[in-house]
Amino acid sequence: MATQEEVLEGLAKIVNEVAGIDEGDVQLDKSFTNDLDCDSLTMVEVVVAAEEKFDVKIPDDEVKNLNTVGDAVNFILANS
Amino acid sequence: MVQIKSPVGAPHARILGVGGYRPSRVVTNEEICQTIDSSDEWIRTRTGIEQRRWATPDETVGVMSVSAAGKALAAAGVEAEQIGCVVIATVTHLVQTPSLATDVAHQLGAVNAVAFDISAACAGFCTGLALAQDMIRGGSAEYVLVIGVERLSDMTDLHDRSTAFIFGDGAGAAVVGPSQTPGIGPVAWGADGSQYDAIGQTFSWDALKTQPGLGFPMLRMAGQQVFRWASYQMVPVARQAMQRAGVSADELDAFIPHQANNRITDAMLKALKLPAHVPVARDIAKTGNTSAASIPLAMERMLEEGEAPHGGVALLIGFGAGLVYAAQVVVLP
Repeated sequence: MATQEEVLEGLAKIVNEVAGIDEGDVQLDKSFTNDLDCDSLTMVEVVVAAEEKFDVKIPDDEVKNLNTVGDAVNFILANS
Repeated sequence: MVQIKSPVGAPHARILGVGGYRPSRVVTNEEICQTIDSSDEWIRTRTGIEQRRWATPDETVGVMSVSAAGKALAAAGVEAEQIGCVVIATVTHLVQTPSLATDVAHQLGAVNAVAFDISAACAGFCTGLALAQDMIRGGSAEYVLVIGVERLSDMTDLHDRSTAFIFGDGAGAAVVGPSQTPGIGPVAWGADGSQYDAIGQTFSWDALKTQPGLGFPMLRMAGQQVFRWASYQMVPVARQAMQRAGVSADELDAFIPHQANNRITDAMLKALKLPAHVPVARDIAKTGNTSAASIPLAMERMLEEGEAPHGGVALLIGFGAGLVYAAQVVVLP
């Protein structure tokens, strides 16, 4: 079972690869849209990469609820 | 017991000529931004679209089809009378019946052709190509005219911030005929009706019978759902088309995906690991997403501009509302 730190670190790597954002900027309280400049399609790319990395299913309906990095980390922790 | 004869077709089929029609009116991103809160920069980076063409009232789906088909026939060196079937892929012939194809065949002088339309949205051209190949190999027609045509501007909601900038109009046509060597690989195709609602119109035509105040139905799309499906689930389909044709990625001379959105094309490229030397269709920049017309229009542009070689091998993949998809490897005319 991954810890919150591990999931955050993995997610930061993904956001860096997909959107070119510095890994250090990917913090729990950051909003994907407002702080990290991830648009709706970038979010899909992040989600698909996260599904693979953390062996979790993130349905289309759920993506819109993942406003902050913390939302995504919590969803992954609760569902992987 | 009476034995009936089986039809006898050609050993193989190939695309003999391609032609396109691009409407006269250029619509810039700035013009689109008059009705939505967006910018040229935003649209370019999100979709790759710099401008699109929208048809004038005179540029009907029929006019555009006849023009594109005329060019394809001339390029193929085939006369209209030789055509055994005209198949038109479209979702914007706004007449329930009769089909657009019968009128277009008549206008062209394709007096010996059966004619019908198919509804396979953005997969329409590749679906028509597969039907054409089967008709030619099966002996139902010697030459088949496959046309993809759309006036998506008729169903574009200018105030919908998620779709107003995407759609364009145009027509693309291909003449498919008999060949001694394989020119169209086996098709990889299918449908996923569980995502029936992902792309469609805002309400059905029959709703207008009881609620005439609804106005005119417009296209709508669940962007994230469609992006995920197209970017990731179409990759195995593209691989299957290559496997069935016995062609590897580094043997391709061109990749011509449906021009849905450059971001989808980019995601597919990444997953397919296409070698950098394979040219990729980017006609969307000047044309927008023209649904069934996008692949033949992109093919025509790549051939005209010398980006893809005549006689080269190209991977085509169409995907769209339904959801439906069709892919095949072809020899370029």
